[in-house]
Amino acid sequence: MTPQTPLLSVRGITRNYGARIGCADVSFDLWPGEVMGIVGESGSGKSTLLSCIAGHLTPDTGSLIYDTRADGPRDVLAMPEPERRMLGRTDWAFVHQNPRDGLRMGVSAGGNVGERLMAVGARHYGDIRAQATDWLERVEIDAGRIDDRPRQFSGGMQQRLQIARNLVTAPRLIFMDEPTGGLDVSVQARLLDLLRGLVRQMGLSAVIVTHDLAVVRLLADRIMVMKDGRVVEAGLTDQVLDDPQHAYTQLLVSSVLQV
Amino acid sequence: MIVVENVSKNFTLHNQGGIVLPVITGASLAVAAGQCVGLAGSSGAGKSTLMRMIWGNYRTDSGRILVGGTDIARAEPRQIIALRRTTLGHVSQFLRVVPRVPAIDVVAEPLLTQGTAPDVARARAAALLTRLNIPEHLWSLSPTTFSGGEQQRVNIARGFIHPWPALLLDEPTASLDAGNREVVLTLIEEAKARGAAILGIFHDEGARTRVCDRLVDVSRFAVAA
Repeated sequence: MTPQTPLLSVRGITRNYGARIGCADVSFDLWPGEVMGIVGESGSGKSTLLSCIAGHLTPDTGSLIYDTRADGPRDVLAMPEPERRMLGRTDWAFVHQNPRDGLRMGVSAGGNVGERLMAVGARHYGDIRAQATDWLERVEIDAGRIDDRPRQFSGGMQQRLQIARNLVTAPRLIFMDEPTGGLDVSVQARLLDLLRGLVRQMGLSAVIVTHDLAVVRLLADRIMVMKDGRVVEAGLTDQVLDDPQHAYTQLLVSSVLQV
Repeated sequence: MIVVENVSKNFTLHNQGGIVLPVITGASLAVAAGQCVGLAGSSGAGKSTLMRMIWGNYRTDSGRILVGGTDIARAEPRQIIALRRTTLGHVSQFLRVVPRVPAIDVVAEPLLTQGTAPDVARARAAALLTRLNIPEHLWSLSPTTFSGGEQQRVNIARGFIHPWPALLLDEPTASLDAGNREVVLTLIEEAKARGAAILGIFHDEGARTRVCDRLVDVSRFAVAA
């Protein structure tokens, strides 16, 4: 039942900005179906790390071994550019904190979802539209809004549309940067429920960066705590949050405001 | 099924001058299939701490905790996750859920994560909620709006929806009225009858004498202050 090969093996990822440390010597394995949270305060290096893993930034050193569908484990950093881009369009997905960074605001909702399908070769208009409609419904957007532009959507709807656009190609690995960041709490709850359901149904693996400990508790199986570019503690989510070992994690957990 | 061997646990409070609080030392116990063992001892003796070490949300400093052959004190997160999915169940005193998720889905969730078809999972959840006297008009509401006793029963339904071979119960009858207490005790007896190994904390003495085969006094393992 438990898989033998990690979906992604991250080894010794380091990225510096001049003399400053972005992230330093980060290693972990992500297993199929697993959701990992990366927490830490602003400037802790969590977003730098995510960008390095997702291919938006090139790390100074390290390797990223991804278990590809066709050829098994390969180092993504050593792949030719076209191959890496294909991976980003098919097997990988990235949900930005701000939907504007992940959507095309001047293109209809259906077009936003369909574009990713066309990028992997879909050409039949009827099929693309049918799939787009299906995905809008799965993320609870009324199919009647398919020809509206994301600009006319609320923040929560835009975020759900971004998720639909990302998941339509049935990726295996999804990166999320503060996915519930700019949303008010009631919208956030609905999005969390949606994400949990999709992760479960599609067997997705995910890496989620957030500073919100309540969000990671509900979404992540495991977490890594970062401070000053380094991982200070990692483990099972409820273990790290209920019985933190490192001074910084203890401070972080005890600083959460109770409602 | 559940074996605890010579475990110890300290808390280090880095933000309070690095003070080290030893809480448990040399704790050992075993629960066989079909048995229910109660943890006894006064408040602060370490009952909940020991139970959390077995659930895996508290770290164990030394010793072994075997559940179904996995050593929780040393297991990787994914092994503990797999164990919790199929082997080790837990009824805590706290209900932690995504807000706005209907009670019936909260109860069905452990089955859904195992890949049970949604309609089958919901039907089982409905049967348990009925048994635990949660009125049907509440099923579609989020349990965050429920009373303490209703939340407790949702937690219990969630803890009994899958026949976990090992089950941890943290005060399952607290804040329940006589009728519902009876339902919960019957559920525990049924779980024992199907061969579950149960470790529980019961402050309710009547409940303890009725379902527990043995008591383990945790104060024996407490570190003298």
